[in-house]
Amino acid sequence: MREDHLITAKQLSRADIEAVLDRAAEIDADVSAFGDRHEDAVLGLMFFEPSTRTKMSFETAIKRLGGETVDMGPVDSSSVKKGESLADTMRVVEGYADALVLRHPSQGAAKMVSEFVDVPLLNAGDGAGHHPTQTLLDLYTIRENAGLDDLNVGIMGDLKYGRTVHSLAHALTNFDAQQHFISPESLQLPRSVRYDLHESGAMVREHTELDEILPSLDVLYVTRIQRERFPDENEYQEIAGEYGIDLETLDAAKDDLTVMHPLPRVDEIAPEVDGTEYANYFEQAHNGVPVRMALLDQMLEEDQ
Amino acid sequence: MSDHELRVSKIRNGTVIDHIRGGQALNVLAILGIDGSEGEAVSVGMNVPSDRMSHKDIVKVEGRELSQDEVDVLSLIAPEATINIIREYEVAEKQHLERPERVVGVLSCPNHNCITNAGEPVETKFDVLDDGVRCEYCETIVRDDLAAHISVK
Ligand SMILES: [Zn+2]
Repeated sequence: MREDHLITAKQLSRADIEAVLDRAAEIDADVSAFGDRHEDAVLGLMFFEPSTRTKMSFETAIKRLGGETVDMGPVDSSSVKKGESLADTMRVVEGYADALVLRHPSQGAAKMVSEFVDVPLLNAGDGAGHHPTQTLLDLYTIRENAGLDDLNVGIMGDLKYGRTVHSLAHALTNFDAQQHFISPESLQLPRSVRYDLHESGAMVREHTELDEILPSLDVLYVTRIQRERFPDENEYQEIAGEYGIDLETLDAAKDDLTVMHPLPRVDEIAPEVDGTEYANYFEQAHNGVPVRMALLDQMLEEDQ
Repeated sequence: MSDHELRVSKIRNGTVIDHIRGGQALNVLAILGIDGSEGEAVSVGMNVPSDRMSHKDIVKVEGRELSQDEVDVLSLIAPEATINIIREYEVAEKQHLERPERVVGVLSCPNHNCITNAGEPVETKFDVLDDGVRCEYCETIVRDDLAAHISVK
């Protein structure tokens, strides 16, 4: 990766992605061999929006590389409450850490911070914008299960606000993948993502029903439809029910379909699917550690 | 522009912005921050018949030449406009507008959740697309009614 920061999946070429995934595979094969790679490295965890899992995943990753974390703690008790700007907060913490991880509720937050800090910055989610480290672990999981070429990928659920979806869609344009977006009309991809996909010449199709396309899919990436997006509970129930899967739904799927989900799920995937060969979402979550280790390893190495 | 038209409200030194899309003249003045309070002579023609455009607006400002920044912004809301710089009653320069690749600190982002609306020390930056503009921070694309997003100083 030529840039110091990882802000959006759009900046990742196929070679960038493969370099991270290859290193993640090496790490996965023998984690202990990497235990002293970055002794004394300090990673700043800046979570302006709660996200226990992503944070723990980064924390685990840096510790397994021999490093440590500094953590701003919950937003409630931080200087944000005193009205300090994000730009200032990050410039201060930059002095404490060798790399920074940022999760922020505003879109474009990571891009802005990247203009102020010199240590490597990792975007761990900015509003409905991007979530590139999630995308790398998604791609790692896809590669392990189905390979990254000649793929039919279905992406279903809240495509409008789902940042993991936006980042994954951008990254998949690097591969020979046909993307199928399945959602209610009210939650289709936003204009800006469509624009980028169109510009990159991606193979994209949109559907409102899963049945139309399920039998041809190699990967089905399910996302949560967020209840808080709906003013009316009944409307939510109706839509959420239609975009969930259970064993019966999967009757029509290929035997080697890989079902993924960035988690947490609510009821988009029935628990009965968990024990089947289709289910890969817990493995996907576990992959977060080696992938983030690989990424941190690469960034800290380049920064020396 | 015909001689007759020029004669109507001839200015000595200043700028004539011609071929503005009908109804946009007041937006053009707003962008330029011209409200007459500086005592400059301003004449505005709205929905004037035009050979090229059926109806057009025209703005003439005495004693004022436009900067490149101003011209860039104008090109976003009045891409068909032509600018005539007048010196000593003569058209000294005539230029067609060219859309810039980006505009900085001029438009505000309509996305309330965009970091540029959060009181941070950054200027807005928009990439100019074929049919609209796009926030470089939150990536929101704005196609309609750009004039409404111009942050007039
Ligand atoms: Zn914006």
